[in-house]
Order: sequence, then C-alpha cells, then structure tokens
Amino acid sequence: MMAVAEKAPAKIDVKAAEAGPLRRWAPLLGVALIVLYCLAPFYWMVVSALRRPSDQFSNSIIPTTWSVQNIKDVFKPGTGFGRGLLNSLIVAGTVTILTLVIGMVAAYTLARLEFRFKNFVLAIIITTSMFPGISLVIPLKKLFVDISWINTYQAMIVPSLSFALPLAVWNLTTFFRQMPRELEQAAMVDGCTPAQAFRKVIIPLAAPGVFTTAIITFIAAWNEFLIALSMVNRKEIQTANVVISQFTGASGRDQPFGSQMAAGVVVTIPLVIAVLIFQRRIVAGLTAGGVK
Amino acid sequence: MSASAAPVKAGPGKQTTKADRVTSFNEGTGRLAATLLSPTLIVLVLVVVYPIIAALRESLYTSGDRVDADGFIVQGSQFVGLDNFTAIFSGEVGDRFWNAFYNTTFFTVTCVVLETILGMAMAMVMHKAFKGRSVVRAAILVPWAIPTVVSALLWKWIFQADGAANALLGQQILWSTEGWQSVLSVIIADTWKTAPFIGLLVLAGLQTIPDEVYEAAKVDGASPFNTFIRITLPLVKPALLVAVLFRILDTLRIFDLPFVLVGANKSSVETLSILAYLESNQNRYGPAAAYATLLFIYVAVTAFVFVKLLGADVLGDAVQKKKGKKNGKSKNKLDAPPGVGPAAAAGGGGGF
Repeated sequence: MMAVAEKAPAKIDVKAAEAGPLRRWAPLLGVALIVLYCLAPFYWMVVSALRRPSDQFSNSIIPTTWSVQNIKDVFKPGTGFGRGLLNSLIVAGTVTILTLVIGMVAAYTLARLEFRFKNFVLAIIITTSMFPGISLVIPLKKLFVDISWINTYQAMIVPSLSFALPLAVWNLTTFFRQMPRELEQAAMVDGCTPAQAFRKVIIPLAAPGVFTTAIITFIAAWNEFLIALSMVNRKEIQTANVVISQFTGASGRDQPFGSQMAAGVVVTIPLVIAVLIFQRRIVAGLTAGGVK
Repeated sequence: MSASAAPVKAGPGKQTTKADRVTSFNEGTGRLAATLLSPTLIVLVLVVVYPIIAALRESLYTSGDRVDADGFIVQGSQFVGLDNFTAIFSGEVGDRFWNAFYNTTFFTVTCVVLETILGMAMAMVMHKAFKGRSVVRAAILVPWAIPTVVSALLWKWIFQADGAANALLGQQILWSTEGWQSVLSVIIADTWKTAPFIGLLVLAGLQTIPDEVYEAAKVDGASPFNTFIRITLPLVKPALLVAVLFRILDTLRIFDLPFVLVGANKSSVETLSILAYLESNQNRYGPAAAYATLLFIYVAVTAFVFVKLLGADVLGDAVQKKKGKKNGKSKNKLDAPPGVGPAAAAGGGGGF
C-alpha cells in the first residue's frame, strides 16, 4: 500500500510538468518523490542495521541509540559472511570480465558488419537470454555432480554466463548501433585499419556504454541466487546472498532481522561504489560529444 | 576466333561484376563475422543449448530411489516416456502446476505493467530535472543495485507482523500468510526494485534524442501530449522494448523474491521456478525437468510473440541499411544528420 500510494503522484507530476504552469517546480517535486520512493526502504534497512539488538523492533524513524553491534555480529567468526563476500566478488567479477571480453567483439560485429545470418544470430542470442534459469540449473547440476564441479567457483561462474552474456551483447549492440558510422570512416580515412578504428576510436567513445553494461552485468551476477544456491552446499564457497538467506542469527532465537539488515547494508556497499563510478561516466555523456 | 572469344570474355566479365563480387564480399564478411561471433556462440551452446536438450531428455526419465512392483528398491534412471508430463496435467499435481502457472502469469503481467509505467515516468522526470539530477540518478540506482535476496529480506522485515508497513497503515495484516497479502507484498517488492531499472534504460534512450527535434516540434506548435506520443515514444521505443522484454522474461522465471520473502511451499506465491526447484531438491530430476521444460516452452511462446514485435524492428533496421547502400549516397546525404530526419518528420506530424 505504501509503495502504491507513492506511485500515483509521481506519474501525475510528469504530466503536470509537461503541460501546466508548474513547469518549473513539478520536476523538482517529481525528483523528490522518486528519491523518497527509492531510498525510503533502503533507509529503513540502514536504520534497522544500526539499532541496538535490544530495541530491534522499535519503529522510530531515527534509532533511539545508535549501535554497530549488528554489523559486528555479522562478521563474527562462524557466520561465514566475510568469506561469502569474497566469494561473491570472485564469482561476479570473473563473470563480468569474461562477459565483456567475449561480448564486446560479438556486439560490435552485430552492430556494424553486414552478413547473411545476422538476424538469425541476433535471434539466437535473444532466445538464449530468455531461457529460465531453473531449466539450465537442473541438467547442469547433474553434469557438475558427474565431473565433481559441485562446490567450486566455476560451477557458479560458467552457468552465470548464460544470462550475463546475452544481456551484455544485447546492451552493447544497442550502444554500438547508436554510434554513427562516420566515426570509423573518419578513422579509416586517417589510415586506421578496421581493428584499429575499433580499438582507438570506438572503445574510448563507447566507454559510457561499456561501463553501463559492466555495471549491469556485475550487478546481475552479484544478485544471482538460484545457481549459487543449487551448485554449492559447502559454506566456504557459498556467496554472500546464500549466506544471508540462511542466517540463523548469532543468538539463535527467532528471525535475526538485525543481522540480516546489517549484512544487507554491507552487501550493498560495493554496489553503491560501483554506482558512483557509473555516475561519473554517464555525466561525461554518451556519444553525443564525439560527433559534434 | 575473335568472334567466339569476344562473347566468352564479355559474358563472365559482366557476371563477375554483378554476382561474384557481391558474393565474395559477403563471403569475406561472413567469415570474419563467424570468427568474431564464435566465442559468444560456443559459450552459449555450452551453457544454454546443451542444458536445454539435456533437460528435455531428463524429463522423459525418472531417477532416484523407487519401489518396484515386487517391493524392491530400484536405483538409477529409467525411461518413462511422457509419464512425467501426463502426471503434471492430472490430479493434485495438476492443481499445483496450474496454480503455479497462474501465479507466474499474474506476477508477470501485473509487475511489468506497473514497472513500465513507473519507469517511464521516472525517466521523464529525470530527463526534465536539471537540479538534483545526479542525486536522483544515484538514488534510482539503489533499489536496482540491491541484490534481490537482500531486498526480499528487507521487505520481509518491513512486512512482518509488527513491522513498518503495519505501523504505517495502522493495520494488523499478517503479510506472510497465504492469500492476497503475500501476493501484494511480492508485487510491491518487485516493482520497487525493478522500475528504476526500466527508468535507467529509458533515460539512456531519452538522452540520445537531440534537442533540435523538440525545438522543431515546438516551432510547429505541437502540444506536449503530441510531442510525447509522436517524438519521445517512437524515439525511445528501442530502449523501452529491450527493457520491457528483459523484464517480462525475468519475471516469468521469478524465484528469489517469493522464495525468500514469503517462503517455500506457500501456494499463493509458488511459481513454476520454485516448483521445479523444490522437485529437483528432492532429487526428483524427472518431474523437475518436466516442470522446467514446460516453463521453458511457456517462456519461449511468450517471447516469440514479443520478439515478433521486436524482431520486426530488428529486421526493419537491417533491411533499411541494405536499401540505403544500394540506392547510393544521394539518399544518405539527404538524411545527413542521423536521427534528425525521421524525428523531425514525426515532429511535423505532431503539429497537425
């Protein structure tokens, strides 16, 4: 209900901004509503993490007493959370790098070269991205049991490529296609080979697009739950997501919401850092500057 | 001699210029394209095509321990044909399957519609706003950046019996129990998390529209509504289509959110993915693979219908490019500032 109530005004404000005399202030109000919509639940997570475990269930907007006890609890030996973070970083990082290296070449090919089965290849890549994770996980799990890959990093990294690669290729193709061909033509007139034009002109100019794709891929891989849950059952290899979802709490009584919220805050920090990097890139602008 | 030699020379000569050159050019590009695409395609075959075929095969077998007719325990897998599928469509198992099917469909339609409207609105606001733009960009990325599992736990905390949602509403709703409330909690959590994703992609699309187009529309006297319908929407359509396509496919396989937020074995929010996972977790790979295969077919049919819409766009783009090349450079010169030509036409249309 809360979220629904916030949705309606945000929508009306857009139209007011376009039509009415509120033109100047409506966007600002819309911005405020969006920020509230996006940050209110997140704020609640941060605040809940910073309460004392004893007044965890208090609903005051600001904690009566600030405390980092929950965060300390999360990193206590035995929770496996610190190790989980490292595992998440290894898996998501490897998936992102592999995906970008493999996907960028394919995306550029699809955006620029004219060849016979182009639409067919595009269709195949779109098609592979739509397969539900569960129908890949079941047979792959059986296979990984046979080749004893269960409880290894590659058992999580390889299946993750199934969703990361099409996502990256599709996004990058859209970005490359939006870039004017004149860029390469100019580079080639200046004596570049097509490969050099790609490396020296396209990649630097496509950086915002590549970074967007890197962020999307990394977050998709970092978010991944089903594969990590199915392929690994040893605590030392589990990713942070699986560790959090299976928290039993330091005290052992009921739902350890405090430590779960604290763990959530910690897991989100690397992503917030990534988002800040992304910020600078997107402000630098897409390709528009390069053409004019 | 000279009479016979001349036509021989002339004939192939003409053909070479018309046909051979074109094919050799195509062959060269084709080989290059194949080389450049092969890493991606090989990876996709290994991690997607092989598992799909293996799952199809698996769905025709039973595995794990069974009791045979004489009361002995039998191990290993056995070919059972379509038994796994016929079992799904009958009796209690059938009810459970259709319930999961309905839930999956309901989540997809509701969430994607809500998220598209909201995401579009967010993108428009962000595009219009000059003050606080970087703040709103950072804010909008937060829900999307939070892992689904964490956001599921966050909403579980908000929706728990004496949690923030009930305190805010002044109600005593048991959100995690069976019924509309747990469905609503999943929809709210999903919409909160992914509407910004659509907003982000649409914003990227909006930023590629040059200001001149809007200025032209203004000069022609287009109303804001017409400007939106005839300029913004068509020009942002490619970005929006990608976003919506991915959201539909993503929601059809929804697993983490209901699984963590509400829990396993709750029929109100049990989706096809959860059903298949629970079966595979009990080592009943045959029925699990059958569920997964049915979900796969459902997804494939839905996506096929959608890609027909999208595919027309992809195809149209490619055909246009080829035509442009054949017609020569004069046409290219006319459209010189790319994007502005057709967009300005749309703006002119908006004026009427």
